Order: sequence, then structure tokens, then C-alpha cells
Amino acid sequence: MNEKERNQRYNAYVSAKMTKTKPWPSLFHAFWVGGLICCLGELIKDLCLYISPELSTQTASTWSLIALIVLAALLTGLGIFDRIGAYAGAGTIIPITGFSNSIASPAVEFKREGLVFGLMAKMFIIAGPVIVTGVVASIIVGLVYLFI
Amino acid sequence: MNRLGRQTIVFKNKPRVVGSYTVVGPKEGRGNFAKFFDKILEDDLFGEKSYEAAESKMLKFAITEAIKNANIDKTQIDALFAGDLMNQIISSSFAARKLEIPYFGLFGACSTMAESLIMGSCYVDGGFARYAACATGSHFSSAEKQFRYPLELGTQRPPTSQWTVTGTGCTILGNDDSAGIFVECATIGKVVDWDVTDANNMGAAMAPAAMSTLKAHFEDTGRTADDYDLILTGDLGKLGSEILMDLMEYNGYKLGSNYNDCGQMIFNNTQKTFMGGSGCGCGASILNSYVYSRMNKGMLKNVLFIATGALMSTLSSQQGNSIPAIAHAVSIKFGGK
Amino acid sequence: MFDPIMYLKVFLVGGFVCMIGQILIITTKMTSARILVSFLLFGVALEALGLFQPIRDFAGSGITVPIIGFGASLAHGAIDAGNSMGLLGVFTGGLSAVAGGIAAAILAGYLVGLIFTSKTKK
Repeated sequence: MNEKERNQRYNAYVSAKMTKTKPWPSLFHAFWVGGLICCLGELIKDLCLYISPELSTQTASTWSLIALIVLAALLTGLGIFDRIGAYAGAGTIIPITGFSNSIASPAVEFKREGLVFGLMAKMFIIAGPVIVTGVVASIIVGLVYLFI
Repeated sequence: MNRLGRQTIVFKNKPRVVGSYTVVGPKEGRGNFAKFFDKILEDDLFGEKSYEAAESKMLKFAITEAIKNANIDKTQIDALFAGDLMNQIISSSFAARKLEIPYFGLFGACSTMAESLIMGSCYVDGGFARYAACATGSHFSSAEKQFRYPLELGTQRPPTSQWTVTGTGCTILGNDDSAGIFVECATIGKVVDWDVTDANNMGAAMAPAAMSTLKAHFEDTGRTADDYDLILTGDLGKLGSEILMDLMEYNGYKLGSNYNDCGQMIFNNTQKTFMGGSGCGCGASILNSYVYSRMNKGMLKNVLFIATGALMSTLSSQQGNSIPAIAHAVSIKFGGK
Repeated sequence: MFDPIMYLKVFLVGGFVCMIGQILIITTKMTSARILVSFLLFGVALEALGLFQPIRDFAGSGITVPIIGFGASLAHGAIDAGNSMGLLGVFTGGLSAVAGGIAAAILAGYLVGLIFTSKTKK
């Protein structure tokens, strides 16, 4: 048995040996927490429209996103968000709260390395790729629409 | 030559364990070995401003207290062997800067406790030092920051992951006949890589290295697993130690009830650590507390301590490299001159 | 406003999207940055294909709160501004559309970083 074969066999053996956790509970956790966060967003949007009916739906929903972002950042600072995240997984990552947490958590973590190279520079270690992808993809889509 | 076979060295002058000390964090203090640890911190910042500084302070504290425990002065310590997981081993070197002891910085990842014991034994055995200090440690929060994510990021830990132990341990070795525990021989490991790339499955990456060293130890010395009261691996965790047992059986050696793993033992089942503990501090804190105290009480006489280390960095992992691993075995005995 | 049926739709669609994310995490071991990036791209694609608006009309915050909505806004902004302003609009439109969210996240992250420090996990 050569080395490559042995390694392949070993890795196959390891994957088989890994205890398979039941996915269903975690799917359910992600479902209800994620759904609830979206409902919270809807509620904030409705409240905005209720308070000032002259707002457009677009503006109200931007305000609700901002509110969720601030709330998630605050919970991150208080050390609560990661506990919800450990329970809900994608249920807190996929909503805009996950984006906010991905900016606030390195800010909190790396502040010890100073304001500039710590807090500010490290803020985007996770959110950076998201913004880069979004900008590049939106420009490509915009160009396609412009020239077609 | 004080050698047996290809990888094993024998210490003819029996370097003795004259003192030891452990410092652990609060979570470890609620685990299975609470009553054995010398000091359990209430706050794992240990009065410092950062977790890295806390780790360094814990190491320095363990070393100074171990010297006190050995009833000697620090000027009698002729060499300090220490290492940790931080980049450029800052915790150890920073701990050493006020100790004024000739210092060797070691890097063997989580195998450092065995590595430092072996180096210290060589030094004492060869007459290069009256006393040598061997220390290592790790800290959960500094390791998370360096190897994983920010602490407050809301992600789920994979089910194969292990929990880095916040703990430091130090052994003082010397040629003092009054002490009962001595280092008898050691098997130096080779770097082994079986192409495991999952950095969240350290046990699987390190088990082949442990197997390689254990097999070499048995071949070099002509011993079997039955010659030891306890064979203790450093931090393979639940999955890793099961794999090691399978691999050893495949090679014709049966590891029975005398085999255990520090990572598997240190936390209890309610502490949500999945596969158990890991990190330099895992093996260091169990060896320097539980193992020595059991040996001094005569409950254990022959112990084989095998600390395993994964030798990757975050860069190598991001570049898609597999994880090389190493394991060093140290045979520790009680009694006799 | 405050329509219970709407909230049910929001809950179900939002929950479903997150559940898909969880399935991806379990089966592919994707890290959170990769999950965010893929769902954002999915949002951009939905918008580009003109599918986002119908889903939004149906599920409201159920699709705008997930990062999919963020991607869709980016694409929507670029397309819209491209139509009204030409080439420059393609460059400015995307970021302008999500500027509120990004600015809020940066400000909130900055302030939180100034005030709090990370805590060890138990």
C-alpha cells in the first residue's frame, strides 16, 4: 500500500468514524430563530410606517434593517449574540444581524491591538469579502443591464 | 550510547521530578480534575489587559511556584525549557524575561510538555544542569483569537472540535535522590502527516503521529502496553483516542483500560466541549497535577506520557495544506535509585 | 400594516431561508463568511433575473432581512442608477442603495468596539 492510498483509506475511515450528529434539531433552531428575526424586522418596519405614514416602504424597511444592525452589534458587545448564534447557527448568520455581528465581533476582539490596526483594520476580516463580492457582482449586473 | 533502537533515548542518571505546579482557568476548575490543580483562577484574565498577557503570567506563575514547590532557589535552575501556541511563542519568552534563568524556547504545539521534559531530562542527565524547569501552557481565548474567530462571533463549533484548555504546568527536574518520580526513557517522534486537512478535527490529524511514536517506543524497548499502569496521550480527544486505539490494534498492539487521553478526561460531559480539551495546557495541567500526585501516592508506578502536537499554522491551513503532527513519548517511573 | 397573515409569511419564508443556510453549514462545513457571501450572491442573482420583487411582495421582511435582501438591493441600485445615469450610475448605484446598512454596521461596530471587550466563553 503506497502512501497516497494509505492516506485516502485513513481519511475515509475518519469520515466514517465521525459521530453523525442529527441535523434536525439544528435545522429547527435555525428556522425558528431566523423566522423570528425576520418578523422582528417586519414589526419594526410596520412601526415606522405607523409612526410616520408618509414614509415609503423602502425607507421604512431600511430603518428596520438599521435597527436590527444596531441591536445585533449591541448584543455582540454584551457577549450575548454568540450564545444565540451557538444555538441558532444560520438562523442568526443569514439575517442582517449576522453581517452586523461579523463587523462588531472583531472590533471588540482586536481593540487590544489599538484603534487603527486593531479595531478599525480588523473590523472587516469577515464582512470585507461580503462587501467586495456585493460591489463587484452589482457592477457586473448593472453593466449587463446597461448594455443589453 | 544511551540509545535504544532508532528513536528512543535512555536516561541512565534518572532525572527526578522534584517539583511541579499547575494553574488553570475557571472552566477547567469545574472539570473532572478540580481537586488536583494547584491554582484555579476565578478570572482567566488574571489581572492582565489581554488574554496573551494572562497566558504569559500564568506560565510565569506556574514556573515560580514550581520552583518553590521544589524547595530550591531559582538561581539553582540552570535551564528553562518552555513553549506555547502563540506566534513566536511570546507567552513563554515573555514569561522568561523576568525569571533570569538560561532559557530555551520550544515549539512543538501541544506536544511541548513532552518535548520540554525530554530536553530537561537530557540536560539534567548529562550533567549540564543541576535543575531544569520544563513548562508549557495555553489559553482558550488567545488560541481562539489566533486560530479561529473572534470570541463574540456567533458561530457554531463543529462537532469534532476540541476546547483549548486554559492552563499551564511546570515540572522541575533535578538529580535529587529523595524524590520518587524519575524520567526513565523517551521516544522522540517523527513528523507524520496522513493528509488530514480539517483543522477542526485535530484528533484525527494527530492520531497517526501518536501511533507512530507509540509503535517505535514498543519496538525500541521491547515493551508492550501491559508494561505500563497508564498510557496517557496529550490531547487527542474522544475521536482521536478512539482512532489511536484502532490504529494500534491494526499494528498488533492492544491498548486496554490502562490507556487514556488528557483531552478526553479533563472536562465533564456537561461542559459542551464536544471532543474534549486540547492545547499545550491540556497535557501539562493533567501531568503536573493528577499524574504526579497519583505516582507519589504509589497508585501509579509506570506511566507513559505521549503529548501530541499539530504543527500547522492558520496560513498553512488557508493555503490548503494538510496538517503535519508530532508525538513524543516519555516514560515516567516511581521509586528505586 | 400589522397583518397577521403577512407575519406568518415573513416567519415561514425567513425561517426557510435560514434553514437552507443551516443545511449548507452542516453538509459543506462552510464558514460564516462563505455563507454570507453565497447568500449575498444569490440575492444579486435573484434581482438580476427579476425574481426578487415578486418574492418581496409576498414575504416582505422574510426576504429583505436575510443577507439576500442586501445583495438584491445592491444589484437593484446598480441597475436603476445605470438606467437613469448611465455608466457612472452602475458604479455609484449599488453602494448607495445599501449605504444606510453599511454605515450603520460600521458605526455600531466601531462604538461597540470602543465600549466593550470580548469575554471568555464558558
